[in-house]
Amino acid sequence: MLQHIRPALVLLFVLTALTGVAYPLAVTGVAQMAFPEQANGSLVKRDGAVIGSALIGQNFTSPRYFHGRPSATSATDPNDATRTVDAPYNAANSSGANLGPTSQKLIDRVKNAAEAWRAAVGAGQIPGDALTTSASGLDPHISPESALAQSASVARARGLPGGRVRALVAEHIERPLLGLIGEPRVNVLGLNLALDRLGST
Amino acid sequence: MTFIGLAQIALVFVLALAAAVPLGRYMAALFSSDAAGDASLVRRIEGGLYRLAGVDPAREQGWLAYTLSMLVFSGFGFASLYVILRVQALLPWNPQGFDNLSPDLAFNTAISFLTNTNWQAYSGETTMSHFSQMVGLAVHNFLSAATGIALALAITRAFARSNVATLGNFWVDMVRTTLFLLLPLSFALAFAFVALGVPQTMVGFVDAATLEGAKQTLALGPMASQEAIKQLGTNGGGFFNANSTHPFENPGALSNALQIWAMLVVSTALPIAFGRMVGLPRQGYALLAAMGVLLIAAVLVVYGAEASGNPLLTQLGLDPSQGNMEGKEVRFGQAMSAMFVAVTTGLSCGAVNAMHDALTPLGGFVPMFLIQLGEVLPGGVGSGLYGMIVFAILAVFVAGLMVGRTPEFMGKKIEAREMKLVMLAVLILPLVILGFSAVSAMLPAALASLANAGPHGLSELLYAYSSAAGNNGSAFASLNANTPWFNVTTGISMALGRFGYVVPVMAMAGSLAGKTRAPASAGTFPTDGPLFIGLLVGVILILGGLQFFPALALGPIVEHVLMLAGKTF
Repeated sequence: MLQHIRPALVLLFVLTALTGVAYPLAVTGVAQMAFPEQANGSLVKRDGAVIGSALIGQNFTSPRYFHGRPSATSATDPNDATRTVDAPYNAANSSGANLGPTSQKLIDRVKNAAEAWRAAVGAGQIPGDALTTSASGLDPHISPESALAQSASVARARGLPGGRVRALVAEHIERPLLGLIGEPRVNVLGLNLALDRLGST
Repeated sequence: MTFIGLAQIALVFVLALAAAVPLGRYMAALFSSDAAGDASLVRRIEGGLYRLAGVDPAREQGWLAYTLSMLVFSGFGFASLYVILRVQALLPWNPQGFDNLSPDLAFNTAISFLTNTNWQAYSGETTMSHFSQMVGLAVHNFLSAATGIALALAITRAFARSNVATLGNFWVDMVRTTLFLLLPLSFALAFAFVALGVPQTMVGFVDAATLEGAKQTLALGPMASQEAIKQLGTNGGGFFNANSTHPFENPGALSNALQIWAMLVVSTALPIAFGRMVGLPRQGYALLAAMGVLLIAAVLVVYGAEASGNPLLTQLGLDPSQGNMEGKEVRFGQAMSAMFVAVTTGLSCGAVNAMHDALTPLGGFVPMFLIQLGEVLPGGVGSGLYGMIVFAILAVFVAGLMVGRTPEFMGKKIEAREMKLVMLAVLILPLVILGFSAVSAMLPAALASLANAGPHGLSELLYAYSSAAGNNGSAFASLNANTPWFNVTTGISMALGRFGYVVPVMAMAGSLAGKTRAPASAGTFPTDGPLFIGLLVGVILILGGLQFFPALALGPIVEHVLMLAGKTF
């Protein structure tokens, strides 16, 4: 048994230094030089202030903005540290809803959300991503169908012509790479930023 | 299912196989080379390390010494990781000031990373300091993967050699795998991930003021370096609670395809290396074919089930054309989510890009069943190969019984001693999974952790112990697993699933190494043709089915029927 101990200790120590310290620090050094933008979280700034990350969804509640998908993230209750409260798009505590397909809670949640959607957006079939929670709770995208469906109500809230907003959505639809890899999608933060710029010109 | 979806799946499979062929050849060369003499670069780099460690690389070990080295190394790894997690508040690189982990959570997490399971009873971004992520967890992403590959190499040598008592040197195999296989691949992959948007920084969290004026705290850290080895080493322990569903861990469709590729590539290369090392390249491809048939079928079942959506939500007015989007991300879509689900469980990775808990009943049945089959499709790095060899031995045994001949696999006679050891290994999985699930299903303290009622609740329990014992690490994640009961019992399951399986398999390898390798004769059952591949697939399915179908019938299968009948819980 003793003959196994020295190699175990020495190799554990050396390989820890190599794979746990040298490797991540070397990657950090090179990444910060070669890809500073991505390495620091693809932050989006407006007038010098950080307003979010291009990769992370935000919680939009105003009718003047396009809304992202429902988010199931939570945060510690500020009044009671043993409990949690709903905190959509909490980027410091990612999580999905984890409700199974036959969960009554899931059915009730979607039923309520469907009523709210019909009141805000209008009748008709609802896009599949619009009322379902994302896996991370931070999905930055919605489907083009969801964005187009929301465009009329956003235009109304902003007093803009509907065609103008629809055209903006069309510009913001990202297509699959080479028509193959990925899904058609719309980045909600990017679209809403463009919407704000549209309003100020 | 769409043509584009199927084309994406096919593309990633083809690219993984295309890379695995040269990688398999490289590995065969790296591990076959004579351990003594010769002044190549490899020798010079590792030579100093062996002198420091007091290892004579030319001295080979028998199965028992090899296994003991592995166990001692894993034991020290467990102790060091446990200590790091228990005192992380005193250590550097903790910008958020996270507290020490509780004893049961540290025990669970240390075993989890030691055994290449990477079950996350913790939530990364609210629990782990950068120091713990890098020096604690990422290190064992490398070392547990290297340990798995080393064990597979030892078992390979049992077939490659004739009449010997030794299976190689654990320290040499483990060091070479880390230095010359995992580290270079990880560097390359980490840079690709950063370029695609995965953060890599030592700062803590950044506050943003959103468009609506709210405060959003963005969790950042050294993610790309960890993400690379997490996928390559089939570890699966994410930087974040939400794992590869998180847009920072997996920013887009391209990074997602790369993650699936990275999970597959080493495990696919291993059977190829195996075939070359035993001098029968066709044998490696035969094992790979059996893995491929089952894995592709599994991907298609998940894709079909998820693309058809949840009928209960369709009734509420949701358009079913996007499929079941609950617990999925828009940027991945159904095809590449389905592929990730099946690959991460066919392998023993456990990273997730969709929440398995929210899959349709049949979509969730597949990953659970793949884990219960023993994760051999193509399995974890190393563990997948030796798991498949065990099934191959069972297959030739069954064939031998049918024709009344002593079974042989690659010229080695399979006799009573080998069969006893094989059975000892394969029975560990049902014993642990069904045993702990049954006890938990009767314990009020355990049932309090369930978040879903009805058959889905049973699925949560069954999945948790399958994932732990199978060293997978994915979860039906609404189960609150961070309780003393689950931390301790899943910890024990992980240790038994890894070491309780591999010790008998190593003993079997020791026994096989001492046998003469007989040349194939006219009466030999060829184990590299379609007949054997079919038999192997059958043995895997029948064995897994007999063991787990009764339990699965009460979980996902009955839930599927009830969903179609409109019943909710």
